Amino acid sequence: MTLTEKNKKYLLTGNEACAEAAIQAGCRFYYGYPITPQNEILTHMTIRMPQVGGTSIQVESELAAINMVYGSAAAGARAMTSSSSPGISLKQEGISYLAGSELPCVIINIQRGGPGLGDISPSQADYFQAVKGGGHGDYHTIVLAPSSVQEMADLVFDAFDLADCYRNPVMILGDAQLGQMMEPVVFNKKYKPVLSKKDWALTGADGRKRNIVKSFYSVKGELEEFNAKLQKKYRQIQAEEVRYEETNTEDADIVLVAYGTCARICKEFLNKNQSLSVKVGLIRPITLWPFPSDIIQKVSERVQAILTVEMSAGQMVEDVRLSVSGRCPVHFYGRTGGGMPTPKEILKKISEIVSVKEKVTCTT
Amino acid sequence: MSEKVILAGLGGQGMMLLGRLIAQAVMLEGKNVTFFPSYGTEVRGGTAYYHLTVAEEEIFSPVIEEADALIMMNLPSYLKFKDFLKPDSMLFLNSSMIDKIDNEMNIDVFRIPATKIANSIGNVVASNMVMLGAYNEVKNLVSIPVFLSCLKNVLKGRKEPFYEVNKLAIEKGAEFVRNINGVKQRLY
Repeated sequence: MTLTEKNKKYLLTGNEACAEAAIQAGCRFYYGYPITPQNEILTHMTIRMPQVGGTSIQVESELAAINMVYGSAAAGARAMTSSSSPGISLKQEGISYLAGSELPCVIINIQRGGPGLGDISPSQADYFQAVKGGGHGDYHTIVLAPSSVQEMADLVFDAFDLADCYRNPVMILGDAQLGQMMEPVVFNKKYKPVLSKKDWALTGADGRKRNIVKSFYSVKGELEEFNAKLQKKYRQIQAEEVRYEETNTEDADIVLVAYGTCARICKEFLNKNQSLSVKVGLIRPITLWPFPSDIIQKVSERVQAILTVEMSAGQMVEDVRLSVSGRCPVHFYGRTGGGMPTPKEILKKISEIVSVKEKVTCTT
Repeated sequence: MSEKVILAGLGGQGMMLLGRLIAQAVMLEGKNVTFFPSYGTEVRGGTAYYHLTVAEEEIFSPVIEEADALIMMNLPSYLKFKDFLKPDSMLFLNSSMIDKIDNEMNIDVFRIPATKIANSIGNVVASNMVMLGAYNEVKNLVSIPVFLSCLKNVLKGRKEPFYEVNKLAIEKGAEFVRNINGVKQRLY
């Protein structure tokens, strides 16, 4: 399957779209271990990588996958791994090491229900793990949240650029719905991988000073200094890389906050309920870390309430509450274990928050 | 315009292929489409189901709460999805494998003996295409020539001999619906 014709629409699953986007973004090293619902990524990579002279390995474990990513990234290559929730948990040690060694890479998490082995249906319950670090130590991965198959492709291009730019792991946080469903995709027409000069990479020290890639500091004070450097980088990312989408927020009485699949369901709700007596808008975070706190704070100063909708027991809502800092009430509606919120349920929740009437339009 | 369809049948009755081909064809016609297949731990003899949304405008939720049409190939499928019907939905049944249904309110029911028709033209596997012919004759969702070109694409090589019988099956399904008086049933 070649998908390289520019401007052509392909009908792809989200998994195939992000795998193909990675290849077109110049990723030549992929390591994966099978787990539903993201197996199409591994399958696509297995077919496509040999065609472009890249390497795709179905490795023996998640630990092997993430540590091979570490190796390829240390050598200066664009490298990627993917998994679903339980497998991403296994990769956390490696992700901490990647962040600690400031290595760029892309990690895709097609979330499924948890905790434990859970099930294979859509979920957003890995939010905490993704945005708060996940592994040990003071670090962040940049977290991007697509909400369509097209975005599953587009954000992968951005992920590789952000990773290289900040020397930081980037996670794409999708879910089983986004991974499995098919939608038309057009691949980025003009994208040329800007492979930034990686003068820190381990490329052979012939004729130059040796480079060292490590996350271990034994001299007292060195690690604190390194942490300060990391925190400075994170503040810069927070200042420059926040992304979100606003729908009907200007004169809204209630604003929904939702990402990924839930944002799509919220948009369906907005579309179906245009004649309610309360005006409802939506903020869709596209970067989950850095979190779009500023816009949520700004909106909280003029709305009656905020309602966060998630496929979890309430995770992103904590970041929403931190952003709002008590300026308005923050409510939560969530489903877990494969359950997905419906527009009807959102309407019911909004009716509980405020009294909602259908506006009666007079017919003459 | 927007059309939300749930297709379901026994694994092997061709609903995956049918749904994917419709999705591909309407995409080529410039419409928006979201196709969500069931995946994972399906069992032999279990129900395979697919959510298909086609729209001129942007498609928001990929999850279908209320369907405009159900295409149901066997009884377990019907039982699993009958609650997705809403007033004025259309129900397309493979009546060769579904004999009894509830008295749903305000829906149009089309009973198409798809398995029997497919058998009569020499290939029982083409029952999915009979259902498409019937459905599309009523709904006119997809251009049949575009659909056939997509079908031709997937039947390249060894499977090419099956193209004609699939094409015929679509025609038979459409023809059946045109002569349906008495079989279509509006339940009130």
